Amino acid sequence: MNFAVLQFPASNCDQDAVHVLKNVLGHSARLLWHKENSLGDVDGVLIPGGFSYGDYLRTGAIARFSPIMKAVQLFAENGGMVLGICNGFQILCEAGLLPGALVRNRSLQFCCERVHLKVATTRSGFTRAIPENKLLQIPIAHGDGCYFADESTLGELQKNDQILFQYATPQGMLTDAANPNGSLLNIAGICNKNRNVAGMMPHPERASEGWLGGTDGRLIFESWLQELTGRNKPSAT
Amino acid sequence: MRIDPAITPELVQKHGLTPDEFERIKAILGRSPNYTELGIFSVMWSEHCSYKNTRPLLKGFPTTSDKILVGAGEENAGIIDIGDGLAIAFKIESHNHPSAVEPFQGAATGVGGIIRDIFTMGARPICALNSLRFGELSSPEVRRLFSGVVSGIAHYGNCFGIPTLAGEVYFDKSYEGNPLVNVFCLGVLRHEQIARGAAKGVGNPVFYVGPATGRDGLAGAAFASQDLTEESAEQQRGAVQVGDPFMEKLVMEACLELLATGCVAGIQDMGAAGLTCSTCETAARAGTGIEIDLSKVPQRAPNMTPYEIMLSESQERMLIIVKKGREKEVQTIFDKWDLPWAEVGFVTDTGQMVVKNHGELIVNIPASKLADEAPIYHRTSREPAYLENVRRFTLEKISDTVTPEADLKALLAWHSIASKNWVYRQYDHMVRNGSVVCPGSDSAVVRIKEDSLPLLPDGTFGPRFTEKLIALAVDCNATYVYLDPYEGAKIAVAECARNLACSGAIPLGTTDNLNFGNPHNPEIFYQLKKSVEGLAEGCRAFNAPVTGGNVSLYNQNPNGPIDPTPTVAMVGLIEKWEYVTTQWFKNEGDVIVLLGEVIDSSDPLLGMGGSAYLQRIHGLKTGTPPRLNLDKEKQLHDGLRALIYAGLVMSAHDCSDGGLGVTLAECCISQQIARDTPRLIGATIDLRNSPATRLDALLFGESQSRVVISVNPNKLADAKSEASQRGISFNEIGTVGGDLLTIQSSHRTVTTKLADLHDPWWNAIGRAMN
Repeated sequence: MNFAVLQFPASNCDQDAVHVLKNVLGHSARLLWHKENSLGDVDGVLIPGGFSYGDYLRTGAIARFSPIMKAVQLFAENGGMVLGICNGFQILCEAGLLPGALVRNRSLQFCCERVHLKVATTRSGFTRAIPENKLLQIPIAHGDGCYFADESTLGELQKNDQILFQYATPQGMLTDAANPNGSLLNIAGICNKNRNVAGMMPHPERASEGWLGGTDGRLIFESWLQELTGRNKPSAT
Repeated sequence: MRIDPAITPELVQKHGLTPDEFERIKAILGRSPNYTELGIFSVMWSEHCSYKNTRPLLKGFPTTSDKILVGAGEENAGIIDIGDGLAIAFKIESHNHPSAVEPFQGAATGVGGIIRDIFTMGARPICALNSLRFGELSSPEVRRLFSGVVSGIAHYGNCFGIPTLAGEVYFDKSYEGNPLVNVFCLGVLRHEQIARGAAKGVGNPVFYVGPATGRDGLAGAAFASQDLTEESAEQQRGAVQVGDPFMEKLVMEACLELLATGCVAGIQDMGAAGLTCSTCETAARAGTGIEIDLSKVPQRAPNMTPYEIMLSESQERMLIIVKKGREKEVQTIFDKWDLPWAEVGFVTDTGQMVVKNHGELIVNIPASKLADEAPIYHRTSREPAYLENVRRFTLEKISDTVTPEADLKALLAWHSIASKNWVYRQYDHMVRNGSVVCPGSDSAVVRIKEDSLPLLPDGTFGPRFTEKLIALAVDCNATYVYLDPYEGAKIAVAECARNLACSGAIPLGTTDNLNFGNPHNPEIFYQLKKSVEGLAEGCRAFNAPVTGGNVSLYNQNPNGPIDPTPTVAMVGLIEKWEYVTTQWFKNEGDVIVLLGEVIDSSDPLLGMGGSAYLQRIHGLKTGTPPRLNLDKEKQLHDGLRALIYAGLVMSAHDCSDGGLGVTLAECCISQQIARDTPRLIGATIDLRNSPATRLDALLFGESQSRVVISVNPNKLADAKSEASQRGISFNEIGTVGGDLLTIQSSHRTVTTKLADLHDPWWNAIGRAMN
């Protein structure tokens, strides 16, 4: 498969994403500068973590206006699969490709640690390869990861089975103590209604090699690859 | 119209220059300096830039090895060969004074400064460490400083995208009002990518890149070389710079991209003393001259004077000397990254640093005399009076413990020993996908993979290589140094090297940060001198030469000086993935072995002098610290590595603060799998055959040269024979397993539930801060 990993000024998990897609999973992945207008011939788009534009205004608020985001919008509208990780999730929310917003952590502190994630649904192209009831261990690293949305949006997310991951205890319970940032419904990741665009705060690319303390993150990339196999390429722009 | 103040003795003094120094300046210039020139001399001849009080001492450091590619003092950071054509650049630097005045920005810009020192060498920064000291957390002001510093480091490093991978934090009254913030950065490059900070090639254009110059950070280097006073906070706030990690990330990417084109003749960051230091140092290194016109320098504030522009320490700026005819490449790359750039001057053959403003001559100073000929002072030293009292202390003055369980818990909750998760959770310690061992073990371990390197001119990372593993540790028990500067400094080096050995690494080199009080005080200078001797001897013993570092003097507040704190950061290489070793026990049934002696009976204080136990339990900061024999210590490290290489070691943890009791507890409780998921694993220890006369010394004495390892029982015989061949003492002291830590001794049996040890250790700092 061919992946484009977007590179905004101060994206800083861009190389990590390329490393995992290319060197760990053996697919083709290249960095795509945010000033480009076209995605070229790609099967999937990954928006990596980082601090696009320093996140001084509001996370993702400026990045959404980068030229490349128009192409991403079109790609997504045509059914192309897009995954936003951390800052990528924030950008997708700002761009309106995903509902809700990510606000300052409840603790007001940046938080970097490995967390437990309950997989709320395996009925998505980003979770389909995850064994039922498997609890994932994946690191988070963010200051603005508190998922927020109004009640009707939350209701929609639940009704449409759009919640992908939720912060959980080691036993899989969705408690307040397990919630590292105050996200509503312990939400760590969601997808859109069409299930082709997803965002998550945890970093699966940091949990894809055993030496770095776990490989649960690979299941997410493997789901994506499974979904893309046997799919028609969306019309690229 | 600009009117400079007249040069009066008061003005000279205000600039921190002595009358003798002023005479020297006049002799160099053959005339009296003007206001701007005076400012330039004052920052370049500050301790921070010139090492005028310490240079003779620093000559004692070992600085060579066959692996050193760029040595101490040559450039912005030292560089060491790690094989396969790869190299690492690393250095530690302080930002103590700015952090005392404005903790968040002070610490943030410290991180920014050290990162720039690394990519200036052409290396891609891949990880950061820090060493912090504060007063006690019971003080609200200390909590403000602590939380400000930690969030400042987090802010800068996280946004920049560098993992902050290890560090240390100590709390002691002597640092109240004068915290220490030492920050370290390591970068990676290929040998052929080494860049130099030299203004080479007469006629080559000089470029300024990065954000515009403002009035922030005016004369920060000079400020860093003064005592802190009550008024410092208000008066000096303008000397603290404001950091922009986003900008730095862009500047770094653009600089690395530019370096790959081969159009750069020389490059230097504008750190301390900003434009002044970068222009005169690059000219001095190349033996050339340099001429710039300030009207071309991008300026953030209106009507800035030449004095202000030359002394500003606005952050994230670089000076780049470009090969003539290739100016367009700078423009293309910096435009791509939307970064300001300006051609501000050119390299000359006059040897002079010439600064003009709209063509008017403002500054004309011989560059090499300014950069390299600062006065050198051989200060007098006198043994501090307090040491006599320290040496008089004997154990008869305190009674043995009858509450060892409570003592153990109290020590684990003591903020200097307690888990620093409240700190490192705020740092992104995993970005760049290389963090093999995260904060919480003896050493951090980072892997070097292809994308750790800067790109080559062809846009690739170059030939493939086997991933490499670098171990890093930073240490200094300043209480020991206070109680015995020479021995304490030696121990700081030994502990650092021991931490590396515990992770399976062999040391490559050292960078040190000398944090001391006012050197004009002979007692302080004694601490400095003896510490440097101890460091030098330690570094020689472990074949870990000093590749650079930083000196921060005048660390004192109205209550007195800080404890002498020669922070040591050491970097080592782990040759194979299988050698990576962590400190926590792994499997039930493994045999626990103490490498080294249970107690050093030759020490009249049985390892209790300066111990955490005396400080925490008895409120005493006294006693001659434990002795350290470097030969024995080196033998221990070599033996430990041999055991690790032979696949015989399941875990290895260095025995330091809090002695054997705390070390064993940490082996049982320090593995953190995920949020709220520690892995607790118990141990039963039998010390009934040990010669201890006192239980407190047995449990909490800090005799040196000791490591606790665990060994698979099937491999015990092999381990034993390997250790005996290596001449290291091998004491089987117990077994891993259960949910208790039980220590049997001839006095009594000490038993605690692991959960009761974990909770105070893990949560102490968080609780103090909430």
